[in-house]
Amino acid sequence: MSLLSVENLVVRYGQLTALRGVSLSVEEGETLFVTGPNGAGKSTLLKAIAGVVAPAEGTIRLGGAEITGNTPETTARLGFSMVPEGRQVFAELTIEENLWLGAGMRGNRAEALRDLEHLYEVFPMLQERRHAPAGLLSGGQQQMLVIARALMTAPRLVAIDEPSLGLAPLIIDQVYQLLLRLRSERGLTLLIVEQSSTRALMTGGRMALLRSGRIVLEGACDALDGEALERAYFGYDAPQEAAPR
Amino acid sequence: MTATLQILFDALSLGSLYALGALGIALIFGVMRLVNFAHGDYIAFSVFLLLWPTTEAVSILFLGVLPAPLLILAVIAIGAVLSVVSELVVFRRLRDANPATMMIASFALGFVLKHILLMFYSSRPKSVSILPDLARQVEVFGARIPLLQVVTILATIVILIALTAFLKRTRFGLEMRAAAQDFTMARMLGVKANRVILIAFAISGALAGAIGLVLVVQSGTTDINMGLSVMLIAFIATVIGGLGSLYGAVIAGFLIGGASVLMQVVLPIEARPFRDAFVYALVIAVLIWRPQGLFAPRSARQRV
Repeated sequence: MSLLSVENLVVRYGQLTALRGVSLSVEEGETLFVTGPNGAGKSTLLKAIAGVVAPAEGTIRLGGAEITGNTPETTARLGFSMVPEGRQVFAELTIEENLWLGAGMRGNRAEALRDLEHLYEVFPMLQERRHAPAGLLSGGQQQMLVIARALMTAPRLVAIDEPSLGLAPLIIDQVYQLLLRLRSERGLTLLIVEQSSTRALMTGGRMALLRSGRIVLEGACDALDGEALERAYFGYDAPQEAAPR
Repeated sequence: MTATLQILFDALSLGSLYALGALGIALIFGVMRLVNFAHGDYIAFSVFLLLWPTTEAVSILFLGVLPAPLLILAVIAIGAVLSVVSELVVFRRLRDANPATMMIASFALGFVLKHILLMFYSSRPKSVSILPDLARQVEVFGARIPLLQVVTILATIVILIALTAFLKRTRFGLEMRAAAQDFTMARMLGVKANRVILIAFAISGALAGAIGLVLVVQSGTTDINMGLSVMLIAFIATVIGGLGSLYGAVIAGFLIGGASVLMQVVLPIEARPFRDAFVYALVIAVLIWRPQGLFAPRSARQRV
């Protein structure tokens, strides 16, 4: 049984249909990249799973239990931790307060403390400045903080929306290095949305290509044919009805 | 010297009332982006429950007969319960509505509360003697100050310290501060929206009860519109302080209280009846100078 399974998900914003029947699944321990051009519906997909936008049709299951239409807090408490795009740190809270906020739903304080220490080991910069307001951190540091904060919830699945958005290439490399280190050290299951598929191909795992609200290509990153990928990404051979009008 | 001291105490006690009112409004605005115009009616409502329903000018005490500590607790609890009930019955259903819709609903709620009071107590102000000991004057550094003023100021200081400790040191406080900055993100970290909002309403209503208590002891009368002027000034204080900033609301509350008392002293006698016009002119000047308010929180500023 998949950890996360999405079936035939449809999301509409008023007249606009953002997702037109998306199905995908994430297995325990794997990394799934969802890539695609601007406006393909990638963020909407994550928001629908997180319970931030309500789907019009379809079902979402986490660990076998249906979570379609749950509130964001219930979804989070069931183990789906979302890192939205744009590095949404609580600018006026300190770094440590940001991190503790993620641990709020956990009963076992000792375990949370151990996690905090481990995360401080991975991100020493966060420990050095733990009493500083999070708003003072640089973009890359904020990105690391929100990832660390998501891990403080002891999630079963972490979804990250465009971790590279607005960061310098060197910083993106750093973010991914640390993310991959965390993945191997903690056995994370990841669902990552990125606009560019290059990063996905470098990192390994599985990839689903989303275009105009549909999944147009899916497969293991190392098995995907570059040319087919390019055609699907830019929609050269997309069926007529998929062209957005 | 004693005159200065008297002015200072006047300013601080009036400022305390405004600060507590502004805090009550800012707390709700912080988590819900709702300006609750029923707040003034919470103030009146919690006071009127001290009396038996009557349309006479002479009141018969109901909860008002309780011993002082219980009476204070009762009034504060009524404010809190009323506020929580209004969230459960009215605002929870409108949570995803447009802020203007919520604001108009709060006006409607205020009308309903006011007319319930009107029905049971009539619009006639009633004289009432609650906690008469506080009407005494005490000597502070040679100046004769009403005990009520001293108690109001001290109580406000205690409330502000307690609230700061709550916000800074407790789990709920952390959640509330986070929710005020970005509610959706807080919820995605498992913060329960309903719980945070209920706590905010409870604290806000309790503050309204405390204000009502001070007003009724001070004036010795109850009036169904008694919360109106405090509510109005408190709302203005939250705007001047920077909507969303609790500290800003408190400081602006004290500033407006201070400005009002100062104007009462420095304005020529013929101009004093128009004191409020001068205070509001000052408010306009401040807003022209800083349209965001004096202490706009970082989260409210445009991000670059």
